[in-house]
Formats: sequence, C-alpha cells, structure tokens
Amino acid sequence: MTIIRNVTEPITAGTSRRSFLSGGAHLTLSATAIALLAGNPRLAVGSARAATSGNDVTILNAALGAEQEAVAAYQLGAESGLLQKPVLDLAVGFQDHHKQHVDALAKTIRALGGRPVEPPKTFSFPTERLKSQADILSFAAQLEKGAVSAYLGAVPVLTDRELAKVAASILGDEAMHWAMLRQALGQDPVPAAFVS
Amino acid sequence: MPTISGLILLATVFAATAAPATQAADTERGEQIYQRCIACHSLDRNRSGPKHCGLLGRRAGSLPDYAYSRAMAGSGIIWTEETLDRFLKDPLGALPGTKMGYAGVKNAQERADLVAWLARVSQDRSICP
Repeated sequence: MTIIRNVTEPITAGTSRRSFLSGGAHLTLSATAIALLAGNPRLAVGSARAATSGNDVTILNAALGAEQEAVAAYQLGAESGLLQKPVLDLAVGFQDHHKQHVDALAKTIRALGGRPVEPPKTFSFPTERLKSQADILSFAAQLEKGAVSAYLGAVPVLTDRELAKVAASILGDEAMHWAMLRQALGQDPVPAAFVS
Repeated sequence: MPTISGLILLATVFAATAAPATQAADTERGEQIYQRCIACHSLDRNRSGPKHCGLLGRRAGSLPDYAYSRAMAGSGIIWTEETLDRFLKDPLGALPGTKMGYAGVKNAQERADLVAWLARVSQDRSICP
C-alpha cells in the first residue's frame, strides 16, 4: 500500500520558532559560520524548536553526507599519485574547506538536537574511471557541481533564515571550487549565468 | 507591504508549482535536470542517496546494500511515474522522515522530463547492467 503523503497536506503544524540570534548578534558569512552559530550558547535547544527543526536537521544531514563524500573523494585524489602540483595543492585546499563544512554542519545538527549522519565505512567511487589527473579533476568537478545544486535546493527549504544564509555561503564556496576545477580542465570556468 | 518584485517572484513560484506538464517528456532535458541530484545520487552506485538503476517498478527502501530512513523503508511505495512525481515535487512534505533533504523539483514539466529519463536509463543495460 502506498502511503506517500499528498503533497497538499501541511508538513508540520508548527511554524513559529525562536530566532537563532537575538539582540545585536550577527552571523558572519563564512564557511565556518555554522560552527560559530553552533557554539552560541543561545542555541540551547528547547522543545518548541526541536519540534520544528526536524526538516532543517534532515536537510543539513543530507548536506553533511555529501560533504563527507567530498572529503573522501579528495583524499582519494590526493593519494592517487595522479595529481601534480599545483593541482594537488588546490585539491588539498578544497578538501580542507569540505572538512570545515563537515565540522560546522555536524555541530549545528547537534545544536538543533539532531544526530549527525556517520560517514559510511567505505565510499563507492568509480575508481575504474579515474586513470589520469583530468579524470580526477572531472570527477571532483562533478561532485562540486552536485554540491552547488544540493545547497541551492536546501536554501529555500531551511526554515531558519540564518541557516539558509550560511548554506548560501557554503554554496558560494562550492561554486568557486567548481569553477576552479573547470578552469584547470581547460573548460569555461563559468559556463552559464545561472546554476540549477 | 509586498514589493512589486516580491509579488512577481511569488507569482513565478506559484506558476512553476501549479503548472501541469503540458508537453511530451523530454529525456534530454531530464538528464540535465538529473544534474541537480548528483550531489547525493548516482545511477549505478549508492552514495549518500541510493542508486537509481532499476528505480522504476522498485519498492521504495528495498535495496539491500543501502541504509534507508525508517520512513522510506516502511513506506510501502512502489516507484512509478506517478509516485515519483508526487515525491519529487516535495520530498519532505510527501514522505515525512525521509533522509532526502531537498526542496524538490517544483516544475511539473521538469519532473516529467526527469522521470522519463530515469525510466529510460533504467532499461539501458550499458548503464544499468
């Protein structure tokens, strides 16, 4: 029996929630903003917010899973012996960004009362198709492109607008990675005026 | 007071949400739409989301080597063009508890294109052996 819910039904009963930040506190638009947010003592999770933040946790966990995969993928690339400097340094730098995203997302999920997804014991990468530096760069570019789309999909549905702002900040970082990788591949780094 | 640009945006969003698929599904366009899915999904590999080869006709949550949410595993859904259309429009609303934290594909034509492409590649033995 199919129990998929009719999409016209309301998702949750409660929509009001306390803002993450109050008073004069401001969120810095940086890749580590979520971590700063998660470290804010005003993030004590109350029952009302816990009831309404479920979707945000789901969305952030989806992003976390993609970030964990990106970290592992760059590790695979770095250890492949196929990346030459300065491309290797670029990849390691991007991996560090993704590690920061992982840390920030996990802290925020915990702060929202959720449980961060654990990375799988092994990732399934198409290693049979990764035989050159260009192969690895293309693979990484695909991951970054996917990440851009994922964050683009997350921004409008995060109920907390500060979280949406931070997700947009990470989106910008991923988009720069994607552009740089395309440039390294000799492709147009910015192929269109819009991303989807 | 709403701004004119805000009203235009709202009207655009509603139009995109409400408009039914009016054209025959375009699988090439569907492949482009699938690019939005590749952060988490692949045709032939489980990633943070399950693989899509063989999706049409499959019972939701039934791949033995993927850890589904309880909601998905117990949903009883069989993936057809209709159930995929409803789920992809609003995953979090259609199936509360799903791990798929994604806004959805709001445009009906885009969903039709995407589902048509998924149906086609699922039958392509060179991609999905």
